[in-house]
Amino acid sequence: MSKTSSSATTRISSFVLLVIFITLALSLTALILAVSAFSSNEMAAYYLLLIGFLGAAMSTYVLLQTRKRIKRLSIAAPSITTTIECRKCGFKNVREFERGDYIFKEVDPCQKCNEKMLITAIYREVKEKRKRTPF
Amino acid sequence: MYVMIREVEGSLYKLKYIRDEGRKIAIETIKEIGKPQSDPTAKVDRFLEYFTITPQSLDPAGVIGKLEHILDVRDTRFKDDVKLMAPATDKTQVNNLENTLEAAMALNFIYKVIRHFYLLGKKTLSLYIIMQIQMILPLVMREAEAYASALKAFADGQPIGDGAGALVAARLTYGHPTRNIAKDCVAATVPMEGRTAYVIKAEGPGGNVGKPGDAIKTIIDENEGKIATIIMVDAALKLEGEEVGEVAEGVGAAIGGPGVDQFKIEESILKYHIPINAVIIKEDIGDAVSPMRKEIFDAVDKAIERIRQVILEKTKEGDNVIVAGVGNTIGIGQ
Repeated sequence: MSKTSSSATTRISSFVLLVIFITLALSLTALILAVSAFSSNEMAAYYLLLIGFLGAAMSTYVLLQTRKRIKRLSIAAPSITTTIECRKCGFKNVREFERGDYIFKEVDPCQKCNEKMLITAIYREVKEKRKRTPF
Repeated sequence: MYVMIREVEGSLYKLKYIRDEGRKIAIETIKEIGKPQSDPTAKVDRFLEYFTITPQSLDPAGVIGKLEHILDVRDTRFKDDVKLMAPATDKTQVNNLENTLEAAMALNFIYKVIRHFYLLGKKTLSLYIIMQIQMILPLVMREAEAYASALKAFADGQPIGDGAGALVAARLTYGHPTRNIAKDCVAATVPMEGRTAYVIKAEGPGGNVGKPGDAIKTIIDENEGKIATIIMVDAALKLEGEEVGEVAEGVGAAIGGPGVDQFKIEESILKYHIPINAVIIKEDIGDAVSPMRKEIFDAVDKAIERIRQVILEKTKEGDNVIVAGVGNTIGIGQ
């Protein structure tokens, strides 16, 4: 488990990058050649234009896809809610979870009646898209 | 075959990332909470490679006792090592750090197994080696992602989905004095519907499952077997299509793990022919080890209502009943 291993997973392979950039460079060259070839050989110019556009589009697409893949590699930390209640007057306070919170922990006194408040709930809310299925 | 290798390779990158993140979270948490004198990285790396050899079962008589002993040794060893890594921790934090390291350990193991099959498949060019790992890959990735979200929950001491049973017991015991009944287990005597309920749970708020098998046995012995019924509450894996937080009822010892506690409970109830009921709260593997979802939290009230119904229907006034809330009590006091 080397220290460099985490950075290696988030980096695109340099070989893949090289291939992408070479393709991009060749595509641009084809486009330039196409422009200059229009006056002498129109047919060849159209072919070069097609190759240039296709190459540029493909290498850009691959580059974007690789970036997307890196972005997806992350551990999402969900938002956790802590509910604090006063058992005497019913005053409720909802805030973000803090390290050290636990259910049935007595916390600061109530703002209304000065009685000790209690953590009554800690949970996360998940908004799930319901998939339509007949079952 | 090339497509399969590429697919496994892609997942392996992801697993490596998750494994490294897990290790990073564990080291950072130890540094933050434990205030160690030296860098704990080497100790964490050594911990991640720990293994447990299960007892020989060719002659199965007495294997449960042997297994329990091995698990106890493992638990003690883990706690001692965590205490060495993080000296400035209390009991709750030691339990939470132990859980964090165990999750990191699981991620390390998953990564290494998948890597093993990937490299073996490439080396031998065997379609079947690659194919078998590629086929189970979606389930493996799901489990790895579940452990990844568990890491943060354990590090911060947040209640997890598996703690649903412990939360039910905590709701019932709150306001009543508790006593230590078995290792890492507490019990409270709670009057319910004119009956005496002995409510058992693991001692919180540290990450802990306790020994409910020993706790139930102790209470049965204390009452000389005069227990009208036992009700066990636990989180259970749902099938696809079922709702998270669905509450279901049945019979039997609702408890997971290596089987030691289930064996002990079944032995104890058989001796006195005590009926055993189970109430389960359904969730998937991801929900079980990640911070508790609202649906599971809300299901606790429904589970308590079911327990009351079972007590009313299956016992009469003046009876003794045992209610055991099973599960990891991280982030849940009593």
